Amino acid sequence: MIPGPFSYHRPASVADAVKLLVDLGEDARPLAGGHSLVPMMKLRLATPAHLIDLRGIAALKGVSRNGNNLVIGAMTTQHELLASDEVAKSMPILHEAALLIADPQVRYRGTIGGNVANGDPGNDMPALMMTLGATYHLEGAGGARDVAAADFYQGAYFTALEPGEILTSITVPVPAAGHGYAYEKLKRKVGDYATAAAAVVLTMAGGKVATCSIGLTNVHETPLLATDAANAVIGTSLDAATLKKAAAAASAIMSPAADARGPVEYRKHVGGIMVTRALQRAAAIAK
Amino acid sequence: MNDLTPTREQRTAALEGMGCKRKRVEDIRFTQGRGNYVDDVKLPGMLHGDFVRSPHPHARVKRIDDSAALKVPGVLAVITAETLKTVNLAWMPTLAGDVQMVLADGKVLFQNQEVAFVVATDRYAADDGINAVIVEYEPLPPLVDPFKAMNADAPVLREDLVGKMSGAHGPRKHDNHIFEWTVGDKDLTDAAFRKAEVTIKEMISYHRTHPSPLETCQCVCSFDKIKGELTIYGTFQAPHVIRTVVSLIAKLPEHKIHVIAPDIGGGFGNKVGAYPGYICAAVASIVTGKPVKWVEDRIENLTATSFARDYHMTTEVAATKEGKVTGLRVHVLADHGAFDACADPSKWPAGFFNIVTGSYDFPTAHLAVDGVYTNKAPGGVAYRCSFRVTEAAYCIERAMDILAQKLNMDPAELRLKNFIKAEQFPYHSALGWEYDSGDYHTAMRKMMETTGYAALRKEQAERRAAFARGETRDIMGLGISFFTEIVGAGPSKNCDILGIAMFDSCEIRMHPTGAGIARVGSKSQGQGHETTWAQIIATEIGIPADNIMVEEGNTDTAPYGLGTYGSRSTPVAGAAIAMAARKIKAKAQMIAAYKLEVHEDDLEFDIDGFRVRGLPEKFMSMKDICWAAYNSVPPGMEPGLEAVSYYDPPNMTYPFGAYLCVMDIDVDTGVYKVRRFYALDDCGTRINPMIIEGQVHGGLTEAFAIAMGQEIRYDEVGNVVTGSFMDFFMPTAVETPHWETDFTVTPSPHHPIGAKGVGESPNVGGVPAFSNAVNDAFSFLGSTHIQMPHDFWRNWKAAKDLGAVA
Ligand SMILES: Cc1cc2nc3c(=O)[nH]c(=O)nc-3n(C[C@H](O)[C@H](O)[C@H](O)COP(=O)(O)OP(=O)(O)OC[C@H]3O[C@@H](n4cnc5c(N)ncnc54)[C@H](O)[C@@H]3O)c2cc1C
Repeated sequence: MIPGPFSYHRPASVADAVKLLVDLGEDARPLAGGHSLVPMMKLRLATPAHLIDLRGIAALKGVSRNGNNLVIGAMTTQHELLASDEVAKSMPILHEAALLIADPQVRYRGTIGGNVANGDPGNDMPALMMTLGATYHLEGAGGARDVAAADFYQGAYFTALEPGEILTSITVPVPAAGHGYAYEKLKRKVGDYATAAAAVVLTMAGGKVATCSIGLTNVHETPLLATDAANAVIGTSLDAATLKKAAAAASAIMSPAADARGPVEYRKHVGGIMVTRALQRAAAIAK
Repeated sequence: MNDLTPTREQRTAALEGMGCKRKRVEDIRFTQGRGNYVDDVKLPGMLHGDFVRSPHPHARVKRIDDSAALKVPGVLAVITAETLKTVNLAWMPTLAGDVQMVLADGKVLFQNQEVAFVVATDRYAADDGINAVIVEYEPLPPLVDPFKAMNADAPVLREDLVGKMSGAHGPRKHDNHIFEWTVGDKDLTDAAFRKAEVTIKEMISYHRTHPSPLETCQCVCSFDKIKGELTIYGTFQAPHVIRTVVSLIAKLPEHKIHVIAPDIGGGFGNKVGAYPGYICAAVASIVTGKPVKWVEDRIENLTATSFARDYHMTTEVAATKEGKVTGLRVHVLADHGAFDACADPSKWPAGFFNIVTGSYDFPTAHLAVDGVYTNKAPGGVAYRCSFRVTEAAYCIERAMDILAQKLNMDPAELRLKNFIKAEQFPYHSALGWEYDSGDYHTAMRKMMETTGYAALRKEQAERRAAFARGETRDIMGLGISFFTEIVGAGPSKNCDILGIAMFDSCEIRMHPTGAGIARVGSKSQGQGHETTWAQIIATEIGIPADNIMVEEGNTDTAPYGLGTYGSRSTPVAGAAIAMAARKIKAKAQMIAAYKLEVHEDDLEFDIDGFRVRGLPEKFMSMKDICWAAYNSVPPGMEPGLEAVSYYDPPNMTYPFGAYLCVMDIDVDTGVYKVRRFYALDDCGTRINPMIIEGQVHGGLTEAFAIAMGQEIRYDEVGNVVTGSFMDFFMPTAVETPHWETDFTVTPSPHHPIGAKGVGESPNVGGVPAFSNAVNDAFSFLGSTHIQMPHDFWRNWKAAKDLGAVA
């Protein structure tokens, strides 16, 4: 549990960080909170020769409201998300989900940028960002570009991030006033990744679901949008038969790995239950 | 007398003696980060050692190439079995009469086995060195399932034992067989089963788990070439035993070995045995002439140093239609991994598993235990329990519930019908123990009344009906456990470790001003000995506990003791402390008589001094007697006030308790909620009620973890898949249920202060309570026994197998 040798760099600007990444090449990795990367290094599953610490870059921090969007700096910690009044007010599901990540120690250091850039299917933020329709801003040697969260994840630890690129901020559209939301996460204990989790954001009109999107965590090698499941509930009042249909549609796209959390069959089964429960809870608080 | 004269109550309270909820004195340093643990020991020039470990569960080691490792900056030496052979230390004896490889000798027998020891100037360099050692393996077929160990075609694991058809505990039936141990009257028991009106039979497994103390196993070894002396700082629950073992295997004179166990961050049995790290660090220090530190990381601790349990218990009970038990028959298949490294008293290959008749009056019983080798880490230790007592308690407490279910009888009623009665003590059990004291009916009834047991059963019936009507998806279970432990090993007539009787010891030295030091052969790992040992002395000799310093763990200063495990400290060392204190008191009485100019027999002890009978104003305090001991002792008496006691207990002690767990389980997800947990413990005389409560909380939390998910699991090809706290269930404060504690007091008749020990009771009694709650919840759906651990997915699977989820 001792990492191999590495050099440490602490640039003060995004441009310097990008330059370091480009100059040092494949062996360099950005370091954010270190709560995914450092454990991998301690197991020597990751052996970067250079760590480019982004913590010295002030521009990467903070949450701000820009019209109908929240703009969140990549280096904003989970704790800062929890402390933000803006998040609590306009995007309560982000607050709810952040609170289900790990424990206070991890949340004090772990960042939203690291969480979404990591590419681990166990991370909670990616599916939530897809559910909310977020966009990631990436900067590299060739300039800046935007990638939708829904297009970002390609496989376990494979993302659209190109070598030399840094994720600088995330733009998240604020859901409609009166929306319902829920993040249902089944885990074995505090500090555990999800056995299965479901994010739901919906609006109701006249007792029926008007819009709905559903994201799934840790039931596939990437986070998932459960589009068929979401479509199945639109226009319904979430009666038992519809909920069953939605859960089945969501389970149909899941392909989790068997692990100590349970066999594949169990993880898919509870994945469906998380969808059902999130839908019910979201509908109950929608106005 | 005036208003300022303290009352008797005030004088008693000032002592903070037995029965006082005295605050733990050691917590002042622990809570301020001022403890002194092994990893805090830093000696000049100290080197660091770390292990190359096997990725294979079973393989031949063809070649070890350390040339690249020796080029890594900071790496000084790479020690292999070949190096150790030059000092005859490639293998070491285990406490169970087996031998164990220190470093892989031609073969590896479990994943993460120690293969080479890299010594470097710091921990980072050592780890870099490990990654540069090249080991060539030839994989062999792994043996994972203990039930296949004795198949004709099973791979032979221990080539060193081939042809030796007799081991430390008698004949071996197969190359992978370690021992067979039988107890009880087979013919009588078989006859009871033939005549039985009702019988049950179930294979009850207690899965492999691990004590996982917060602080892992570690040591610093420092060999002084000039003096020829070896100093070892280590996480040792039994420092004196370690000194003797080192002397015997390293052929160093015992007085030239100094073993020091400083503060220890939890042991739970993990720190009783000897591990390759200790030997390698010692050899490395001898080779390099520098102190060498070895500190296990979490993965190493979970996967290489001793596991616990892994008992597969085929259990049969015979009974009458009315529910009176008439016979018990148990066969255990014990998985010991690659080496039998059980930490049991030497003559007890399955520990005290023959306590398996539990709290019940079985007229006859028979037990057979077969130990086998598999390609898993060696062990197993007693994880917060006396030797194999938790396995035994789990076995009988599950069996009683299964019998109750078969008889369609309430499990509480079945227990009340079969308990050993108060008037039967001392009670001789069918499997050979003499229970010292108990009042089971009183404890059980108190539990049932306090928890409202009858009302809970009624609620359960209503819930089951509601479940059947489809109104709820939650099922409710009530888990009863009524355990009897056997602790305090032990009497020299049946307990020794490597030939050393399992006594314990105390030396008390009182100073002139009325303060003193007590050195004890036990070794606290967090149990609070510095607090409680002083309380015993305070009450015995009338000196405030605050004036008694307790010291343990340094073999140069502490009297020889067998250490702390198996809840033996209070039963054995606690008795030695009381006996040493009584010697002090006896001498003090002679001094007081001389000073007060009366005959000794005219004095009576009164809280904190001696008083002349009939002349209450003639009184000499213990404090003043201490002073007198150093200047005016009676003619012919030696000055000073010291005493030593070595205590060989006449019997074990038998704590017991009545626990109830109330649990709700959501069948759709398998998620459970412990609604209520009540624990009544009877540990005899209570020295410090607050410490008892703390011990019960800790033990219940471990029991909860074990029953509900904590396991060391291997996949079918022998990879250990639970090597970190991500997958090895370690509950946090959030998951841990609320504990309600209660007690009755039935003192031990043979112990000087009547105390029995409590540290392990909650683990022993807790596990069956949780498991019985889960099993009770599912029983109405048609199950008789569901194996532990009862984590979420397994609960869901049980529900699914029983048809309760689609
Ligand atoms: C005990 C424990 C439990 C946990 N439980 C959970 C949980 O339940 N749910 C959950 O979601 N997470 C969990 N985590 C992970 C935690 O949330 C991490 O903090 C998070 O996954 C990564 O964020 P970080 O800031 O620590 O990133 P780091 O670990 O520093 O980096 C992670 C990866 O992202 C890359 N990276 C980081 N920032 C950027 C950037 N701006 N641009 C490009 N690449 C970047 C790094 O190079 C690295 O590859 C847990 C962690 C621990 C230790």
